[in-house]
Amino acid sequence: MTTPVLEIQNISKHFGSVVANHEVSLELKPGEILALLGENGAGKSTLMNIVYGLYQPTSGTIRIRGQAAPIRSPRDAIRLGIGMVHQHFQLVPVMSVVENVMLGSEVVKQGLLHRTQVAEQIVTLSREYQLEVDPQALVEDLPVGIRQRVEIIKALYRQADILILDEPTAVLTPQEVEGLFAVMDLLRKQGKSIIFITHKLKEVLRIADRIAVLRRGTVVGTADPHGATEGHLANLMVGREVLLQVEKQEAQPQDVVLAVQGLQADNDLGERCLNAVSFEVRAGEIVGVAGVQGNGQTELVEVLTGLRDSTAGSLHLSGQDLTHASPREISEQGQCGHVPEDRHAYGMVSSYSVAENLALSGYRKPPFVRGGTLQQDAIEAHAEQLIRQYDVRTPSVQVPGGSLSGGNQQKLVIAREFSRPLKFLVAAQPTRGVDVGSIEFIHQQLVAKRDEGVGILLVSTELDEILALADRILVMYRGAIIGEVPQAHASRQQLGLLMAGVRSDSPSPST
Amino acid sequence: MRPSWWKRTAGAAIVLVLLMLVMAILVELTPLGENPWLRILFGISALNFTLRAAIPLLLGALSGILCERSGIINIGIEGMMLAGAFAGFVAKTSTNDWPLFASLFFSVLVAMGVGGLMGYLHALLSIRFRMDQIISGTVIIILAAGLSAYLYDRDAIAEGKFAPLPIPGLADLPVIGPVLFDKPLLTYLALLLVGVVHVALFHTRWGLRTRAVGEHPRAADTEGINVNRLRYVNTTLGGALAGLAGAYLVLEAVGQFQEGMTAGRGFISLAAMIFGNWTPFGALGAATLFGYTQALQNELLLAGVTNVPRQFISMLPYVITIIAVTGFVGRVRPPAAIGQPYETEGGKE
Repeated sequence: MTTPVLEIQNISKHFGSVVANHEVSLELKPGEILALLGENGAGKSTLMNIVYGLYQPTSGTIRIRGQAAPIRSPRDAIRLGIGMVHQHFQLVPVMSVVENVMLGSEVVKQGLLHRTQVAEQIVTLSREYQLEVDPQALVEDLPVGIRQRVEIIKALYRQADILILDEPTAVLTPQEVEGLFAVMDLLRKQGKSIIFITHKLKEVLRIADRIAVLRRGTVVGTADPHGATEGHLANLMVGREVLLQVEKQEAQPQDVVLAVQGLQADNDLGERCLNAVSFEVRAGEIVGVAGVQGNGQTELVEVLTGLRDSTAGSLHLSGQDLTHASPREISEQGQCGHVPEDRHAYGMVSSYSVAENLALSGYRKPPFVRGGTLQQDAIEAHAEQLIRQYDVRTPSVQVPGGSLSGGNQQKLVIAREFSRPLKFLVAAQPTRGVDVGSIEFIHQQLVAKRDEGVGILLVSTELDEILALADRILVMYRGAIIGEVPQAHASRQQLGLLMAGVRSDSPSPST
Repeated sequence: MRPSWWKRTAGAAIVLVLLMLVMAILVELTPLGENPWLRILFGISALNFTLRAAIPLLLGALSGILCERSGIINIGIEGMMLAGAFAGFVAKTSTNDWPLFASLFFSVLVAMGVGGLMGYLHALLSIRFRMDQIISGTVIIILAAGLSAYLYDRDAIAEGKFAPLPIPGLADLPVIGPVLFDKPLLTYLALLLVGVVHVALFHTRWGLRTRAVGEHPRAADTEGINVNRLRYVNTTLGGALAGLAGAYLVLEAVGQFQEGMTAGRGFISLAAMIFGNWTPFGALGAATLFGYTQALQNELLLAGVTNVPRQFISMLPYVITIIAVTGFVGRVRPPAAIGQPYETEGGKE
């Protein structure tokens, strides 16, 4: 029997009173891909950050190639041959690929950086592992998929033979995911060991040699991908039966509530980011907007809610021309709700109490304000009612909104936005960073709003979410809507091609 | 930073300096010199004054580059410069009986040491105590101004200052000789430092790490680089350079100390650093430009230009500084992580 390259033995990690990992034990054999599966907040990233030396475990030991190895810093981890590709890439955008790769492990000749030698090593590595990249390019000019290659090359350059990939597929199109899997397969054949972190069941079954499932900080089971099914893994992950499909009736679309025509806008750098965007949303339907992150979805949502001004085109909402209207005009005259992508920046004020956060959209009107002063009783009574109705788990309505868990913060935002008179709703990434139980609840609420006759625009980078909820699907690519697919005819493959900018003029038959 | 960017700013700096030298040579050696306006604008005296005014700005800007490239805003250059000037003066007056060069050399070291201490204090306040870096820098300025005024002994006299050190051969060249190669020691040192800082920043391990820490400290941390230690080192070194600027004022340019003698040079250094896009050669160009505006003001007043009110001529350096900085501010790019304290993630999630 071969010695495992990495053994995690009874690792626990506490953050104050929060237990992120409890008595976790895992082992990684040479040349295998171990998938670490778990929902958001299950403790996967914490565990891997411990292995990489970014966190210190509260208790437990780590052994590398049979030897006990205390890892006090990333420096130790690098020395022991551990490389990590972080979920948020750790690359300096304004530096070249060479500089990023050598950072921290520089080759120096007579006191000066030896860039040419490192560039040659990068070229050699990219040939060996089919990770093509231009060593002289600046990282900020590279697309996301290539940046990920740079991260992998960075680890290989440090001669890592244990690679940790933290949610590497989250930012990739389905086709890019295939490319990554090919690289992972090649690495495995070269004897590298890989820990692959994800919460996507299909990917696990596709590439892993072994699967470990993490729930609430502990390993709840391991599985063999050949015997396991998606349903089985989902149950392990969540601890109960989950509805993988959202139950809903056929949509009954009515009048048009939102009509945009030739919409155009610039991003913060003054570059065109929306290009002739035209579409309609009718009352009683959910229109999904799919696309790889950063293709103009964020800016589209900002223009629709008045947070960003358009440079051309028109926006009609609830029968009124609100083309250059302010956020308040859109929200009040247009009766438009907004579940923002970044709830900390736009959805709530973390330091305000739960009750105050719930009153943010109506604080200017009675009964919340009388004679210019806020009516605390009315605000709290309103909040008490909403947290019951929307199942927001909070010790009281007086605690700061920021002290709630991610899922409950999101339910707080949803409670506020859904409880006012609505004709149209923009929901951007409504389930990002939210646990599976809350996802189910949020999905049900969205469908319920649709059935009440609200027109909904759902923007999400999770294809599964779009496929489960939307009645029609628009795909955005480089600031334009590159295609529209009715949900009944949508296939992952067809959407994936559209997301990558490949326009298929003859739509493939539905699968 | 995009390589093309620093090449452009550095290129502009070199073009500016060359243009001034060529004009000065033409004015000196050809009939063009008969034009009184050209003599005012490009005479040797204007060039000498430019360099004299530019050196403290240049050293101040280099000080800012060292700090800010690692992510620490340094608005306190003015205070570090003043502290260095005062410390250099005190060291000089108490070693008046030493041989002149030993006394001057010792005073420069003291000035740099005290500047470095001020830099360390700034780092301590902004890293250890997580104080807002603008506030911390302001504290440094007020501290230096208050202490130097309080401790200043008005009867003390510094005897002697750095004298010109002509470089054999080069000093006899027309125009270029007297302007560039017949200068006291600290001027040579400051000009040399431009190249040294440039090479260090863009071609050494320390420079690569400094830039990474200023742009994306988390990335540097995950590669095993001690972010805060590097920031301490750089801010202290930056303080020492500002102290050297103070030493230049006291031990080379003026020869004595006066209360508040930095007179806003620290702030103009900041402008030069920004205008130069946080690059050493860019800073050289900007410092030369700002120095030239002061020379111009001086030359115009000396030449007795009276058809414009004197006050407007005195405004010139400041107006040009404002125009230059506002015109360029949107086009330069500061280090991305500037002003943000860095905390390793060990404690929280």
